Amino acid sequence: MSDTVEEVQVDPSQLPDDIIMRVNHLVKEFPISKGVFFKKQVGAVQAVSDISFEIREGETLGLVGESGCGKSTTARTVLRLLEPTAGDVYFRSKERGVVNVATADRRVLNDIREEIQIVFQDPYASLNPRMTVASIIAEPMTVHDEGNKQSRLDRVKELLKVVGLSPEHANRYPHEFSGGQRQRIGIARALALRPTFMVLDEPVSALDVSIQAQVLNLLDDLQEEFGLTYLFIAHDLSVVRHISDRVAVMYLGKMVELADRDALYDRPMHPYTHALLSAVPIPDPTIEHQRERILLEGDIPHPSNPPSGCRFHTRCPVAQEGKCDVDEPEFRELEPDHWVACHFPEIKQVVV
Amino acid sequence: MTEPLLSVDNLRTYFSTEEGIVRAVDGISFDLAPGERRGVVGESGSGKSVTAMSIMGLIEPPAGEIVTGEILFRGQNLLSLGEDEMQDIRGGQIAMIFQDPMTALNPVYTVGDQLVETIVLHQDVSKTEAREIAIQALDDVQIPNAKEKLFDYPHQFSGGMRQRVMIAMGLSCNPELLIADEPTTALDVTTQAQIMDLMLQLADDRGTAVLLITHDLGVVAGFCDTVQVMYAGGIVEAGTADDIFYNPQHPYTWGLLGSMARLDAVQQDRLHSIAGTPPSVIDLPPGCRFRPRCAFATDICGRILPQLREAGNEGQTVACHHADEMDLKTLAVDSSDRIVKQDEVVS
Repeated sequence: MSDTVEEVQVDPSQLPDDIIMRVNHLVKEFPISKGVFFKKQVGAVQAVSDISFEIREGETLGLVGESGCGKSTTARTVLRLLEPTAGDVYFRSKERGVVNVATADRRVLNDIREEIQIVFQDPYASLNPRMTVASIIAEPMTVHDEGNKQSRLDRVKELLKVVGLSPEHANRYPHEFSGGQRQRIGIARALALRPTFMVLDEPVSALDVSIQAQVLNLLDDLQEEFGLTYLFIAHDLSVVRHISDRVAVMYLGKMVELADRDALYDRPMHPYTHALLSAVPIPDPTIEHQRERILLEGDIPHPSNPPSGCRFHTRCPVAQEGKCDVDEPEFRELEPDHWVACHFPEIKQVVV
Repeated sequence: MTEPLLSVDNLRTYFSTEEGIVRAVDGISFDLAPGERRGVVGESGSGKSVTAMSIMGLIEPPAGEIVTGEILFRGQNLLSLGEDEMQDIRGGQIAMIFQDPMTALNPVYTVGDQLVETIVLHQDVSKTEAREIAIQALDDVQIPNAKEKLFDYPHQFSGGMRQRVMIAMGLSCNPELLIADEPTTALDVTTQAQIMDLMLQLADDRGTAVLLITHDLGVVAGFCDTVQVMYAGGIVEAGTADDIFYNPQHPYTWGLLGSMARLDAVQQDRLHSIAGTPPSVIDLPPGCRFRPRCAFATDICGRILPQLREAGNEGQTVACHHADEMDLKTLAVDSSDRIVKQDEVVS
């Protein structure tokens, strides 16, 4: 077919100007081993199963899906915090031009990591309780040998101001801060080396609603101020709608739909996206009582033994026997910039 | 008006810690009619779960203590009952579902054993009859092959299925009141939709009153008839779901609704947000607990704790000195939330 990713882009390592990262046929498997003394691999969990997508310079790409769909594994593999099993991740580095993160050696990786940073979900687990805020935020600079002690401290104070904390907070410890404030510290640490690309792995999921709004607003401001590109991972589709320019939906290690934000929410085409969107409650009683839910049968299958054909066919309301359980649907561009992996795609209004 | 099923009057539940006395629930009163589905919403630390624990008699002295108040269930004060009498009510007439179904089920007993145990404890039936009731209960929560599933252990169920088992267990004795404490918070959104749909159906069929504790206003909108909003141990606003969602009177309720990202709308660039963080319930300042974060606060708010009074629609109550006089719409989105003030850091 002429409209697949590979054939449009002849050489995947050539990134067009507006693309900061291209993920190409990425696979990540975790081995399942058996035996106490002689470990033998008896299978593999395919957490991420051959996905390809691009991230544009300066945009926020939202990556959504339910637990176990592989969204966090994707993020970590893209940063090479996990070793990819197969596939390429091309990243446009300011220092080194286009680099394949998936195969880069340690030295190159070390350089790139100044430009790619990550903010984790749990602000309680991701900050060392024995380090002061100043040493937490300065740590990336220490590791990458940037500046001297004084210049680092100046930068820490500047960063604290950038994330809305006060420079006087530098000498305190994480336990003195609330969840939202800790997340600000995590963001300050990620900004320390002036990255161009940030992975935000469920950055507001652990926070209360009113604090979520503060942190989302802060992320918005920072993106504008520093021209950052975000890969925003979340399970909360309302938050993703607010912050993203484009949104990708994952199910059981596969990407099932990718589109501009408004296209995805107003004209979703994949039956899983339909079910997912229809399940999200809206804080409005009248709308809630009128909406029709698409309730999925059963539970997500285990990724160590994914269904044949389309991975969603076991729960899909429109699946057809002989087709969906046999042929794996291709990830196709059905409308400009609207990609769907389904044999029977259909535009359906499910939000309101 | 019908006699309320549950009537909580001036309940205060305190915990003593090394740092001081935590006033987790500080003087709340509300009624619940038979068959009513009431949402208790608020952020972490607002006292919603402690309210539930207090009703269930699960506050263990000396760590925690119900200092004052009455909890009348069908006219009977639960706080004056002994542990034996309370055990009859707990799981029998009042059932509870917890957030995490894995920790709420015992991993070393089969699901069937645990269901049968509950049923035999509260109903005058033999073990064989109890097993029949258990199978029916699992059937009712749409667990396939209920008969065989009786012999499975909790780890053999998925999260959503475990929560179904919890609901089956809770409803197996036909309680009049079901307290659900964040029943879907640990679940994925499609599973949440299944579970809420199931709970709505079952509660409707049996006329069970439900106290739904949650931080998710979306879930409340679809499920509840009435809502109470809690903040720092007190109720700041209560009314029907329509009152709260379409005509909120308290600045906190208004802020909470405004700060939610919504699936059905793209907000202006910035979300409305409430500056600052909720106060620690250890050293509560005098006056209104929301005052430090409130744009409308005046002199009186720093001195006198506002009590719930009628404002807005008929029957809607608000704990705010300035209810009816504020124009909440003037709470425009601004950038002041960007800065965390020095004195807000918890020390």
